[in-house]
Amino acid sequence: MPFYVSPEQSMKDKADYARKGIARGRSAVVLQYDGGILFVADNMSRTLHKISELYDRIAFAAVGRYNEFENLRLMGVRFADVRGYAYDRSDVNGRQLANTYAQVLGSVFSESNKPAEVEIVVAEVGDDSESDQIYRITFDGSVVDERGFLAMGGSADRVSSALKERFDKGAPLSTALVSAMQALKHENGEQRELEAGSLEVAILERAREHRKFRRIQGERLTRLIDEGHAAQEAEKGGSSGTTEASGEGDAS
Amino acid sequence: MSEAFEFGGRLPAAFMNPGTSSFSEFLGQVAPDLLPGRRELPQGTGSHLTPDATTIVALTYPGGVVLAGDRRATSGNVIANRDMDKLFRSDEFSAVAIAGAAGIGIELAKLFQVELEHYEKMEGRSLSLEGKANRLATMIRGNLGMALQGFVVVPLLVGYDQACGEGRIFSYDPVGGRYEEHRYHSIGSGSVYAKGSLKKLYREDYSQEDAVYAAIQSLYDAADDDAATGGPDVHRKIYPLVDVITEDGHARLPADEIERLATRVVEGRAEHPDGPTAPLR
Repeated sequence: MPFYVSPEQSMKDKADYARKGIARGRSAVVLQYDGGILFVADNMSRTLHKISELYDRIAFAAVGRYNEFENLRLMGVRFADVRGYAYDRSDVNGRQLANTYAQVLGSVFSESNKPAEVEIVVAEVGDDSESDQIYRITFDGSVVDERGFLAMGGSADRVSSALKERFDKGAPLSTALVSAMQALKHENGEQRELEAGSLEVAILERAREHRKFRRIQGERLTRLIDEGHAAQEAEKGGSSGTTEASGEGDAS
Repeated sequence: MSEAFEFGGRLPAAFMNPGTSSFSEFLGQVAPDLLPGRRELPQGTGSHLTPDATTIVALTYPGGVVLAGDRRATSGNVIANRDMDKLFRSDEFSAVAIAGAAGIGIELAKLFQVELEHYEKMEGRSLSLEGKANRLATMIRGNLGMALQGFVVVPLLVGYDQACGEGRIFSYDPVGGRYEEHRYHSIGSGSVYAKGSLKKLYREDYSQEDAVYAAIQSLYDAADDDAATGGPDVHRKIYPLVDVITEDGHARLPADEIERLATRVVEGRAEHPDGPTAPLR
């Protein structure tokens, strides 16, 4: 004899299940800086990415179950490439991708027993910071159009409020990166030191030609982190004094 | 092209399957009518339907490779287009140029570009230059049916091979045969003249500017003898297009730089109509 479970209860159970799954993983943050959009994820792996390119101006970031968000990523790349090929490259935009993800996640949530344990971000860099788009799509298919910055994953609330204190959308890359790292430290309240090796960092760089997505790793990452720390020290020490012109250290 | 792809509501299942990293294979599953080689072929020949694109030259120099193309497209004895762009950046370290049926060629170049990019995004790393060259061969093979109907497309692929640190050139035949060319190569109706010119001008120790200059000289020679190749049009300020690929990636040379070199070539020809001569001994 089948059990009766009310739809409210079933939805609530699924949502709890998905939230728990997502909370087990480490966080990721997405924020605007003076030259575009910065993505930082706490990720030990150097090859299994949480942040990837979807299209010329659009990137993807996710937390939660790897196999699930990897599938969503592949889907997004295919969707964008087919659209761009059939119409024109300029006809691919972040909103379409966010809507498609919302459709997929929404139907998985309501139609299958196990909801997807993922939270994803689709971000598109525009011609200026006003036209940047950042969409957060959660496991049940709801889409939120975010402004400026967001955190997702393990302790998203804590990371998010830590980031709010430091966020400045006009900050140079190095400063934005250090702010993101300091926010990510608030994960589970454990206050561990993050280092370059455990970070996955990428940017959508407004000024770049063709494809705006670029990973930042190795020496350039270490140099940016040092620069950011130095700028911060200078600000603390000299307060209103000379805030060092911390260029982004353009490599290549 | 019939109706473009349209998915009402949810995406087809193929989008969610792990499946392939190849864009053209994937497109073959979800929207086969968008692939150049997969269309049903009508009877008769249709080669007069699309203009032909003509001379392309490529040459390597220490540190990179230069790809240059004239701007003319012809339809029989009519000039169909004076400022056509036959060079396509396919990714950061490669470019293709096309000769033959312009409509199909442009479509193929566009597909190849998405193919490389798609692979890179799916796999998280880009194909080797050999891999890119082989992939292009497969795509030309897919166009064989069209080629037999008169829509012949032959591309030229150039790239900077990061593995061995040098520029390389690959040419193709209409059935997808792939041939690596050393030093220099040319395709298109004016290619015999351009190749003869490069044969005499080519030096192993060219700088980038020398290589670009030699490319423009050879295009001038091609235009001189081939009616379907356009020479530098100084009145309309239409000059050949030149791409260079080095360790730093792909770059299209700025218009003023090409104008300067092309003007030098044209002025030189005012004195010596046949251009620079090579020593007999």
